[in-house]
Amino acid sequence: MITERAEALHHTAGRESGKRVAATPIATLPLQLTINGEERALQVEPWTTLLDLLREKLDLTGSKKGCDHGQCGACTVLIDGKRINSCLKLAVTLDGAEITTIEGLGQPGNLHQLQAAFIEHDAFQCGYCTPGQICSAQGLINEGHAHSRAEVREQMSGNLCRCGAYTNIADAVIEVLDRRANGEKQE
Amino acid sequence: MIRFDYSRPSGVNEAVQAGAGAQVAYLAGGTNLVDLMKENVARPLHVVDINRLPLDAIEEMDGGGLRLGALVTNADTAYDERVQRRYPLLSSAILAGASPQLRNAATNGGNLNQRTRCYYFYDVDTPCNKRNPGEGCGAIGGVNRIHAILGTSDHCIATHPSDMCVALAALNADIHVTGPAGERVIPIGEYHRLPGDEPWRDNTLKTGELVTAIDLPAEDFASHYTYLKLRDRLSYAFALVSVAVAMRIEDGAITEARVALGGVAHKPWRSPSAEELLVGEAPGDAIFATVAGAILEGAQGQGDNDFKIDLARRAIVRALHQAANGTPQSQTDKRIA
Ligand SMILES: Cc1cc2nc3c(=O)[nH]c(=O)nc-3n(C[C@H](O)[C@H](O)[C@H](O)COP(=O)(O)OP(=O)(O)OC[C@H]3O[C@@H](n4cnc5c(N)ncnc54)[C@H](O)[C@@H]3O)c2cc1C
Ligand code: SF4
Ligand code: FES
Ligand code: FES
Repeated sequence: MITERAEALHHTAGRESGKRVAATPIATLPLQLTINGEERALQVEPWTTLLDLLREKLDLTGSKKGCDHGQCGACTVLIDGKRINSCLKLAVTLDGAEITTIEGLGQPGNLHQLQAAFIEHDAFQCGYCTPGQICSAQGLINEGHAHSRAEVREQMSGNLCRCGAYTNIADAVIEVLDRRANGEKQE
Repeated sequence: MIRFDYSRPSGVNEAVQAGAGAQVAYLAGGTNLVDLMKENVARPLHVVDINRLPLDAIEEMDGGGLRLGALVTNADTAYDERVQRRYPLLSSAILAGASPQLRNAATNGGNLNQRTRCYYFYDVDTPCNKRNPGEGCGAIGGVNRIHAILGTSDHCIATHPSDMCVALAALNADIHVTGPAGERVIPIGEYHRLPGDEPWRDNTLKTGELVTAIDLPAEDFASHYTYLKLRDRLSYAFALVSVAVAMRIEDGAITEARVALGGVAHKPWRSPSAEELLVGEAPGDAIFATVAGAILEGAQGQGDNDFKIDLARRAIVRALHQAANGTPQSQTDKRIA
């Protein structure tokens, strides 16, 4: 289905002296991804960002598009365990990668530690930045560079919150960090 | 976003072959190129994805230096144990920039080649000589709070936005490139250029040339260094002014000092003759102020950015003190000591 939609578009490539010229239709390219634990064989156009692939083609709308320019962090997902801005990542470059989005971290009834802590600490208001915040916090935990509150604030600085829930977000992240430091594991 | 052809070579030679020709762009982390393609500022016909090239290692060099592969991410570079221990100035500068997510994607080669953040350059509805040669410069006489105070031309007053490159300039790094005509090494000081009458050229890389590695010379400055970055908010913002200092002190006297400025010019700014004034001197307010004045000789504001001259002057003095005292600026606690 994905293939059909993309190929039906018959995009043109190329530009000469400022004008686009008709070129051979660009075939979509094969892309193998593991998304939230599920292997997917996909076809994408080379200019599709990971964020658009997730939201528009795979119906994983948890990851948000705040700015589309790397300036807000709402689109943060994990690639092979590392947090990145999915709006600036061309999907086609990720062949073979493992992607985790907010949908893969936890689900209703089976919340991830961070999700539960965000609720516990009232770490959101409108909630638009929250999926990105939580994926970012998971990335922060994987990286292991943040220990103090100041370090958590700095290491979470790639996620803006228009509602200004920063204080409570830091509290939630610190709680999970502390619990993990005390040997509590999630699985 | 614009449409383009895509290829994903696995070797350097293959990549350079694919990269030859007009309107081809190498894609690394994509954090700058993808953004510019969305804005219709970068319009490559062909994108060559270099992420599968074997340029993703940090290696020891004979003689004690360190070689940073072009595809090592900014995060992996900043947190590398050898970089942290031997080149903490570089670690500090990288961690002062962008955000953790961006640093996880951004590569060393991409950081070197990132383009200016001049608002007009980004806005295709305004004139810009860098984007469209001969069109005029929207920033001159326009909104230019973030623009350059040194080395500008009548054609362009943009700055180079990188933090990493400011540290590389102070460390005298060498840039290794491979292109259609073979390999060459470009000293960092000659890599970026001033706008002159060809503002569309950010650097001295030739068409099709690929950065493969950045070499850090053995001499390190792990005891006396700092990266002081001043910006509109504490994190996740480009520098208005930044100062990298690498210094050596013996028996109370400075034996060598390097001072590189970011946010003030089209390239990381150094003034060897001003740095020379520090040699043989004991650290102190008077000499630091003299040196700051010498570095900023000829500095000129464009209106909105006039404040940068005095800000830079004070930042240089403060950074020299931080380096001399062995109390580098923390990139977590942003209070300036
Ligand atoms: C919101 C935001 C905030 C930021 N804040 C900062 C900041 O505070 N400080 C800072 O220093 N930076 C900052 N950045 C910029 C960021 O550091 C750069 O975008 C990044 O370093 C570029 O690396 P990349 O690998 O993603 O490059 P890409 O986007 O892949 O490429 C950038 C350019 O380099 C070229 N290129 C890439 N690799 C090579 C190579 N090996 N050889 C030749 N050419 C190559 C590409 O063709 C392209 O022209 C910020 C970016 C964003 C989006
Ligand atoms: S300062 Fe340079 S980049 Fe900015 S509008 Fe002028 S020519 Fe373009
Ligand atoms: S949507 Fe990606 S950073 Fe804002
Ligand atoms: S909760 Fe509304 S933007 Fe963060």
